[in-house]
Amino acid sequence: MAKTLGPVRRSFQPWNDPSEPAYIELRDVTKRFGDFTAVDRQSLVIYEREFFALLGPSGCGKTTLLRMLAGFEEPSEGEMLLQGRPLTGVPPHKRPVNMMFQSYALFPHMSVADNIAFGLKQEGMAKADIAQRVAQMLRLVKLEPFAGRKPAQLSGGQQQRVALARALAKRPKVLLLDEPLGALDKKLREETQFELADLQESLGLTFVIVTHDQEEAMTMADRIAVMDHGRIIQVATPAEIYEAPATRYIADFVGDVNIFEGQAERLEEGKLRIATTAGFAVETVVNGPSLPANGDTVWFAVRPEKMVISHDRPAGASSGPAPNMVEGEVWDIGYLGDVSIYNVKLACGDIVRATRLNAAREVERPITWDDRVWLSWRPDSGVLLAG
Amino acid sequence: MRRFTAFNLVSLVFGLAFLYLPILILILYSFNDSRIVTVWGGFSTRWYVELLSNESILNAAWVTVRVGLLSASVATVLGTLAALALVRGGRFYGRTLFSGMVYAPLVMPEVITGLSLLLLFVAINFDRGFWTVTLAHITFSMCFVAVVVQSRLLAFDRALEEAALDLGATPVKTFFAITLPLIFPAVAAGWMLAFSLSLDDLVIASFTTGPGATTLPMKIYSQVRRGVTPEINAVCTILVALVTLGVLTASVIGKARAPARAP
Repeated sequence: MAKTLGPVRRSFQPWNDPSEPAYIELRDVTKRFGDFTAVDRQSLVIYEREFFALLGPSGCGKTTLLRMLAGFEEPSEGEMLLQGRPLTGVPPHKRPVNMMFQSYALFPHMSVADNIAFGLKQEGMAKADIAQRVAQMLRLVKLEPFAGRKPAQLSGGQQQRVALARALAKRPKVLLLDEPLGALDKKLREETQFELADLQESLGLTFVIVTHDQEEAMTMADRIAVMDHGRIIQVATPAEIYEAPATRYIADFVGDVNIFEGQAERLEEGKLRIATTAGFAVETVVNGPSLPANGDTVWFAVRPEKMVISHDRPAGASSGPAPNMVEGEVWDIGYLGDVSIYNVKLACGDIVRATRLNAAREVERPITWDDRVWLSWRPDSGVLLAG
Repeated sequence: MRRFTAFNLVSLVFGLAFLYLPILILILYSFNDSRIVTVWGGFSTRWYVELLSNESILNAAWVTVRVGLLSASVATVLGTLAALALVRGGRFYGRTLFSGMVYAPLVMPEVITGLSLLLLFVAINFDRGFWTVTLAHITFSMCFVAVVVQSRLLAFDRALEEAALDLGATPVKTFFAITLPLIFPAVAAGWMLAFSLSLDDLVIASFTTGPGATTLPMKIYSQVRRGVTPEINAVCTILVALVTLGVLTASVIGKARAPARAP
């Protein structure tokens, strides 16, 4: 299951290299459908060989953005460039990009081999070359025995691979993938995620994927753009998106999170104290220029796996109010096998979630319903959110 | 489990008899040796042989077939285009009006269609004959094709066409390589329907025809007024056979989910 990360991959960070030219560039792109603005003046740069994910809930504009890259929609305003050349105004059949459709859109009246050959035939490629390329594609997606079958005679996973082979057959400069794994069951989806990432790496192509599944985006993508209501809110690596979300929306959308609202109070040397509305205090260290002023309303987010749950009061202050800890009562437990989820009810009625790795084989959980427990976290375990 | 109770069986027999007994009798008596239609005089195919030498009936049959083939083909092209405009055209200006006008002949009484076409041909001084009948048949059968094709287009996944465009096919190539093969069952069924409608139309043909362009239904109708002859039975039997064949073919094509395609 482990994806081998070669040394090249590890240092693949073109977005940090100012000399790296943009491969795909969007400049102030807007798309309106009547009164509805699907994409609202967005700019974006995607680099060559990047696996780029557009992540967001349905209706956030991610699919519209992808369809504009494919040429099925034209932007109402703004410019799109591929390798410095304008894409806007070029009809879809003349763009050097190919798309893999969510419904796969396999031609039902053609065999698997004919489906894969379709794009090559349009190029006017010689018959022998087409046969060779089709065979190569079938090998790539491990479907050689199925060349003569019709799409209806294949399973969902096989259809997905035909769609991928067909979209890759023309060796496009960019492969666009619209929810490519949405129709697969969970197990197959997880396998295919790694296959796709490996394939992208070995072919050295630029992939732009649209998904609403954050796990899918995190597993495969080099960078993720999180979208909401036609705007790109944050573009960053999966780890940055998860550990340093830009807004409350992203913190909440990507993964599970506990968010506490409170009043900021500046302490010495970048330290900040937050008096939360839930009645406890948070002390954290803030880096960068975004230090809030005294009395500002701020939000502090802690992921459940960074919450430590225990029966005993954590070390530190022996009594009296101490920061970064709170007492509560176990309200609900979700046992998932590898981890257990504890929903802890605070005195104020708020529910805080903590997860605990089930490292030891125990049938009886040491912490159980209605127990009085302490939740605590390190000052650097959480992230301060401004908006 | 479906069970044939006595009641079910009787209902079935009576229902089928009600629908098909007249036609069966017609077919049976076309093989009657006797000149008197209602008296059985033994089995014979003499009326079929005699039919072959009846030039006026053969002429009428030939006119009908030509009108049917031509009008069904033109109506299929126009009806398919109308369906494409309605389903794919988006909300173009005058769409509702267009849609209403395409489907109006569907509910228009034939007498009115026939009369208005007659008035039109007279007004523009168009010589009535083969071409006017053909034009009239295109007019009223086009909407049937449009209905059949439109229902197929509504169930059509647009992503298939987008995929073809995405893979480099021009819009025209996409239509002929993807769209047309996939809606072909509906187009073929529409053609068969238009052909059958043209074949058995009496009213509109009577209004719009002229000298020398008598269709078979008109011929039969005018002969029957002078008394039913066994020859008419024979002609009608052939017509029934043709229409049955047509309807069966249409339903077989219509059921085919995807047409076979040479590799």
